[in-house]
Amino acid sequence: MTALQPAAAATAASALVPLPVVLPLCAAGLKLAIGLRLQRTQRVLSAVVLTAVLAVSAALLVAADRHGPQVMYAGGWAPPVGVVLVADRLSALMLLVSSAVTLCVLLYSVGQGMADREEATPMSVFHPAYLVLVAGVSDSFLAGDLFNLYVGFEVLLTASYVLLTIGGTVARIRAGATYAIVSLLSSVLFLTATAVVYAASGTVNLAELAGRLGQLPSGVRLLAQIALLTVFGIKAAVFPLAAWLPDSYPTAPAPVTAVFAGLLTKVGVYAMLRTQSLLFPGSGLRDVLLVAALASLGVGILGAVAQTDLKRLLSFTLVSHIGYMVFGIALASRGGFSGAVFYVAHHITVQTTLFLVAGLVERRGGTTDLARLGGLARLSPVLAAVFFVPAMNLAGIPPLSGFLGKVGLLRAGVADGGPLAYVLVAAATATSLLTLYALTKAWNLAFWRGAPAELAAEGAVLDSAETDEETEESEQEAQRRQSGEQGGASRPQAGTTLSRAGTTLPPAGTTLSQAGAAPPPAGAAQTATFGGQAVTTSAPPASMLAATVALVCLGLAFTVFAGPLFALTDRTAGELLARGTYVAAVTGR
Amino acid sequence: MTESLDLVIAGGVLVAAGTALLMARPLTRIVLGTVLLGNGVNLLLLSASGAAGAAPLLYPASRHRHMPDPLPQAFVLTAIVITLALTAFLVTMAYRAWQLSGGDDVQDDVEDLRVARRAELLEERGRLAAGQRRRAGRGRAELRAARARRARAEEERPGEDDPWATILGGDR
Repeated sequence: MTALQPAAAATAASALVPLPVVLPLCAAGLKLAIGLRLQRTQRVLSAVVLTAVLAVSAALLVAADRHGPQVMYAGGWAPPVGVVLVADRLSALMLLVSSAVTLCVLLYSVGQGMADREEATPMSVFHPAYLVLVAGVSDSFLAGDLFNLYVGFEVLLTASYVLLTIGGTVARIRAGATYAIVSLLSSVLFLTATAVVYAASGTVNLAELAGRLGQLPSGVRLLAQIALLTVFGIKAAVFPLAAWLPDSYPTAPAPVTAVFAGLLTKVGVYAMLRTQSLLFPGSGLRDVLLVAALASLGVGILGAVAQTDLKRLLSFTLVSHIGYMVFGIALASRGGFSGAVFYVAHHITVQTTLFLVAGLVERRGGTTDLARLGGLARLSPVLAAVFFVPAMNLAGIPPLSGFLGKVGLLRAGVADGGPLAYVLVAAATATSLLTLYALTKAWNLAFWRGAPAELAAEGAVLDSAETDEETEESEQEAQRRQSGEQGGASRPQAGTTLSRAGTTLPPAGTTLSQAGAAPPPAGAAQTATFGGQAVTTSAPPASMLAATVALVCLGLAFTVFAGPLFALTDRTAGELLARGTYVAAVTGR
Repeated sequence: MTESLDLVIAGGVLVAAGTALLMARPLTRIVLGTVLLGNGVNLLLLSASGAAGAAPLLYPASRHRHMPDPLPQAFVLTAIVITLALTAFLVTMAYRAWQLSGGDDVQDDVEDLRVARRAELLEERGRLAAGQRRRAGRGRAELRAARARRARAEEERPGEDDPWATILGGDR
């Protein structure tokens, strides 16, 4: 039982498999130990670690594509007892896209932290929690057994609770409570499902389960499948289980929302894809999944159309577009899996980009409420460009990857030929159109129409940290009074942009005149910062913009390299359908 | 192999109690609910290892089948650690909510209500316009009176202190 697996484990690439989990965890521990000192070193450390994870993921994808799944037995313990990490094509591809996105979001957040009047929170809390989140996501993608998948989920969830409630403001505690309770319930369900699977089959190893679940009575197998699908459905925000998402995401700081929207739901989709293809092939729940996909598509996009806040609109489109991926998973054909994988890769990138842009919009306009925004295309053409491209990409305008992913899924649906599949094809097309409608509405309101008179002035304070300390409050009070005395309507000139990245921040109280600028109106989500003090600026800070542009380019790269990427996702789908390569690589049989 | 029925019953009762508490509004009750729920599931998971057996460390010579399955115990240990950490986090959050707003009830989503209210308003405006066309404004006063009555009824909602009301009828 304790014997080392022979040949398969000995390849050099398999030694790389644990690195995407181990590296961020070690870095997070190191950062907690360093604390608040050496801030610049710490920023570099985070960036270097995530770049290393990106490089490792790329190497893993190449190895998995050329030589089959890469397997690592933790401590040299063989499958029935030990923990296994597996990087096959699907895992490695997910890992590659997610690490690219997390790196960009980290750079954005570093830029934002430097641009804000940053307090201690980001460095001491945000960075370690973010790295733990990355480790949890990597662990979920690489997990070769059900319990390790549960642990990966818990790691990323625990980090996400911290990130979502960062700063501990009223809005975030309210949103965090909903999120934490729903996630806790899904965790308990996951544990129950794992217990059922273990009690029934005597193993939690995915490769072993692939063989054993087929021998179980069909009722037990169905119970396990329903329990697992419910858990992953909550994670992925599939319609009847999606109500928590638009409620909790929009209140977090922009980078946090972006990475949640991009990655956390996709971890659920990945888990669904993995279990449906490996554990329950040819399942009886195909129609249930198709109906859930249909409901997600419809309800999500109608919710998006009704919203007047950009972040909430994006959250609802997120729910809606999860339906596309579930559609592909439900079809369970080569084309369906291939389309779903492609769409996941595309959607991670585009949705993250759009939420980052929403953060930039908030910095320029002072709010993400579409009713109060306007004229941004004239005020900040760069911002308009980085919104327009990913928005059209999400809606699926022809040359872009959103269109290609949707066409892949629609073709798989037509190839399937069932009546429900055709209904889904029609609904998917209608959803694409409605997405276009919702996003052009946002574009027209926020960017294209004339600027409203009350558009927040440069230098308006978006969010000042709510702290309990009497001293800080009185300090801010004094600052407010001081700037009031400086003479009411004095505004900073266009030249003295308040905070550019890289430069040192101006001394407090001089340029930060909040006197003339109206405070954010009641009901507006005050979400801009990690707990520092953000102000609106004429142009987006360069480092934040650079990270966003990098993500836009990544989204465009999916279009340019669509041919090779579709070939890869097709091979991935083949591997998922065959099952044999995965099982053989892990069990050695 | 004989299963321990006590373990299953205890686990079931804990899960049921935890689920009931989870439906409540106050965060502290929800914390208690997750603790019960987590422990109940742990007991159920433990029951998957079969009947209790000898400890392998103390009796190295004991035969293989007298030892219980160690894997569920390892699972449960991991799950206990996770539940503990999350309980600590939830308790902190409940305290913070109490600090900020003087209560720890889980709040409704304001923005969501706003969207719903806007739709209601539009609907009502449409109905009013139709009524005006038909009855030249007589409907408006009636509608306003009805709306005021409804608002008043909503304000004086009874039974806030009854724990069952918060568990079963708390959703507004």
